Amino acid sequence: MLIETRGLHKRFGGIHAVRGVSLQVRRGEVLGFLGPNGAGKTTTMRMICGFLEPSEGSAWVDGVNMSLDPLRAKSRMGYLPEGAPCYPDMRVEAFLAFIAAARGYRGLEARRRVDRAIELVNLASVRRQTFETLSKGYRRRTGIAQSLLHDPPALIMDEPTDGLDPNQKFEVRRLVRELGRDRAVILSTHLLEEVEAVCTRAVVINRGTVVFDGTPAEMDAMAPAHVRSSRLDHVFRTLTTGDVPGGAA
Amino acid sequence: MIRRTLVIARREFASYFTTPLAAVFLVIFLFLAGLFTFNVGGFYDRAQADLRPFFQFHPWLFLFLVPAVSMRLWAEERRTGTIELITTLPFGLGELVVGKFLAAWGFTVVALALTAPIWITVNWLGEPDNGVIVAGSIGSALLAGSFLAVGACLSAATKSQVIAFVSCVVACFLLLLTGFPAVQDFFSSWAPRAVVQALASMSALIHFESMVRGVLDARDLLYFASVITGALLMNAMVVEWRKAR
Repeated sequence: MLIETRGLHKRFGGIHAVRGVSLQVRRGEVLGFLGPNGAGKTTTMRMICGFLEPSEGSAWVDGVNMSLDPLRAKSRMGYLPEGAPCYPDMRVEAFLAFIAAARGYRGLEARRRVDRAIELVNLASVRRQTFETLSKGYRRRTGIAQSLLHDPPALIMDEPTDGLDPNQKFEVRRLVRELGRDRAVILSTHLLEEVEAVCTRAVVINRGTVVFDGTPAEMDAMAPAHVRSSRLDHVFRTLTTGDVPGGAA
Repeated sequence: MIRRTLVIARREFASYFTTPLAAVFLVIFLFLAGLFTFNVGGFYDRAQADLRPFFQFHPWLFLFLVPAVSMRLWAEERRTGTIELITTLPFGLGELVVGKFLAAWGFTVVALALTAPIWITVNWLGEPDNGVIVAGSIGSALLAGSFLAVGACLSAATKSQVIAFVSCVVACFLLLLTGFPAVQDFFSSWAPRAVVQALASMSALIHFESMVRGVLDARDLLYFASVITGALLMNAMVVEWRKAR
């Protein structure tokens, strides 16, 4: 098991944002993490990555407990935070060199890792530009590049295709599919077609609780036979609102 | 551990020079240091080959300039969201806190080093006691370090650089305040001598002035080391506390 959570809870004051989320992601699995805004997706991912401390429960990355041995756990995962934040005044190349140094690479090996990450996500044309001058698509790709630089066995990506144009989405999805062959990947998304296109498994979370965990095919099978199009949307709405609009049929 | 701390420090130090902050800070610092030394401090009128007029204004210069260096250390990371990136990289909390502090301290030490022409001037005009000047410079660097550590801690508590700046000015002013002659006089008129001495011993100004006089006392060094260590520990606690929230 490369990513595992057991009974994750998170409370922010009086708000119980995540209520006992347990997940297991194996090598070769790409898990689509779905849910309405405010359902607890980002909070759950932040707890897995060690940005937030769980109120209860634990997260493991490649068998290492994030709360007990955070340095080792963090070295085994790549994380793309929501919005792909980066230092505005840093050049793409310098930023990735910083990430390489943070990951413990030096000299030629660091250089090789930076070049490979730039090549993987097609950043060569902007490698000397500062982050603040990049388009949204390139910013996202820079974020993806930093998450892949150390070739981690576990990848966690918070909305990796948000704001990308259709061509960029296609490229990122193809990349994630390739990466998912020998890694465990969790990606959160609002796009249900992305689940069908990329994910081997879907988990739907609503009000901090997992309400569905299965393959995209199993999710699709939950829709009534008379629903011909947008079947995953139909199931998603049923799971997260209990509302089954007739228009979806 | 040291290598990872230096990775943070290098990135942070370089970031000062990718924005106009470094140039603005250095120009203002050097201009004011010169102005206070030669004009306000009466460097020539005193006809003494020393740098007391230079050092005596440092606490007040640092009071407004050092918070401008420290305010961005953590608040900027929170505002841009890079705090999520940096805290999910394999850095220990101590490495992040110390790395950022060292970068800011290194930057202010560079600013101090650029005042070397003033030292050259006084050596050219007379024969100053350079040992006293070295002690004063160490005191100046330690005072700036103390203000920076306090500022870093306050910067970790907010995403607003303005709040980080203003709260740092107030906190550093309080750190100096207990050494004010007026405050000392106020307390010495009614409070027991021990209380007045305790207040004075907590004052950054008293310890700084002792070093500017050329006295490198272990108690002064210990004081600044304690302030810096204490503030950085609180900085780490604030970052950890916000993680658990």
